[in-house]
Amino acid sequence: MSKPVIATTSLAGCFGCHMSFLDIDDRLLDLIELVEFNKSPIDDIKTFTKDCDIGLIEGGCCNTENIHLLKEFRKRCKILVSFGECAIMGGLPAMRNDISVKECLEEAYLSGPSTVNEDKILPNDEELPMILDRVYPCHEIVKMDYHLPGCPPTADMIWIVLHALILDVDIELPYEVIKYD
Amino acid sequence: MEKKVTFTIDNKECTATAGSFIVDAARKNGIYIPTLCNYDGVKPAGSCRVCTVKVNKRHLTACTTPVAEGMEIEVDTAELNDLRNAVVELLFTEGNHYCPACEKSGDCELQALAYRFQIMAPRFPFQFNERDIDASHPKIYHDHNRCILCKRCIRAVKDKDGKSIFEFNNRAKEVRIKLDDKLGETLSDELALKAMEVCPVGSILVKEIGFKTPIGKRKFDRIPIGTQETTEQLSHKEEHHE
Repeated sequence: MSKPVIATTSLAGCFGCHMSFLDIDDRLLDLIELVEFNKSPIDDIKTFTKDCDIGLIEGGCCNTENIHLLKEFRKRCKILVSFGECAIMGGLPAMRNDISVKECLEEAYLSGPSTVNEDKILPNDEELPMILDRVYPCHEIVKMDYHLPGCPPTADMIWIVLHALILDVDIELPYEVIKYD
Repeated sequence: MEKKVTFTIDNKECTATAGSFIVDAARKNGIYIPTLCNYDGVKPAGSCRVCTVKVNKRHLTACTTPVAEGMEIEVDTAELNDLRNAVVELLFTEGNHYCPACEKSGDCELQALAYRFQIMAPRFPFQFNERDIDASHPKIYHDHNRCILCKRCIRAVKDKDGKSIFEFNNRAKEVRIKLDDKLGETLSDELALKAMEVCPVGSILVKEIGFKTPIGKRKFDRIPIGTQETTEQLSHKEEHHE
């Protein structure tokens, strides 16, 4: 039997959840015995080369590229996991959710105290993804199967959950591993 | 001598002083009923509904209902636990609770309940309501994003004449906790600290002392809310009250 395949990505996140993933330390060695990685910053595979079993999504959706990627993950992965506070509720990027996009862009590109932008140009290249009206939790865009809270999720929780998903056993989390901060 | 009554909680025979509230009576019998707006030593309000139990098949708040002879109380059932989870999830989606950025994280009772119930994500959509932060007072600030309107500050923080220092402003969706204009001016350091302690979330905070306790040593880092040690920590405060 071939090994289960894992894909990971960071949408509107800070890569902190991926750092916490690396924090499973020497258990990484056990993990690579158990699974194969496909599209992920961990092995630097940029595009899917096969369908995957587990997809870990860090970060919420703040622009059209995030949505595109998330939908692609949904198509390619059997199990999708919201990985961290931003994927679950938007996290710190969602602090802009009660501010209009116009106001956000103006603050960032025109009127910010350290901004030099003499031509008063807002990013408008058609190659650039469009910023969304607000930051969306992943489960508001596609169906997510599991949620791992935390900023970042604790390494122990990541390991327990991944291990259980890979071996197809019940997930049992001790009290200390669930943290929202 | 105080009159005793006998009743059952989840079919376990219990006794307690007549007239004591179900939450306290249960605790005396070694049974924890989750609470949020309730604060030891302060008149209960029954506003958050986290302590909802079934008494003789009817839903009642355990913090405001006195025990009576022969009551059959249900606490730890699938239905009631789901209802409690739902209440906590509603609070998380109604306000803007950015735990990673909150000074109270680790000491927050709302968060502690979510940890205890192992809530991984709320079932309700996040509202992202617009709320302000009021940092105009020299000693404390209010973050209305986090306020759950439990009225604990109103009920527990009083001046020497017994007047509430905090008050509700506006109505319905617009309701906000506010310091009384006059009494707020003379807020002592001691009362400011008490207000922060009484607040179950990170809505009332004393300035310049944030993140004092390191991660790992905060109240609910290792011990779930409602277990022996946290209950003791919380009830230390009760001696100061009426």
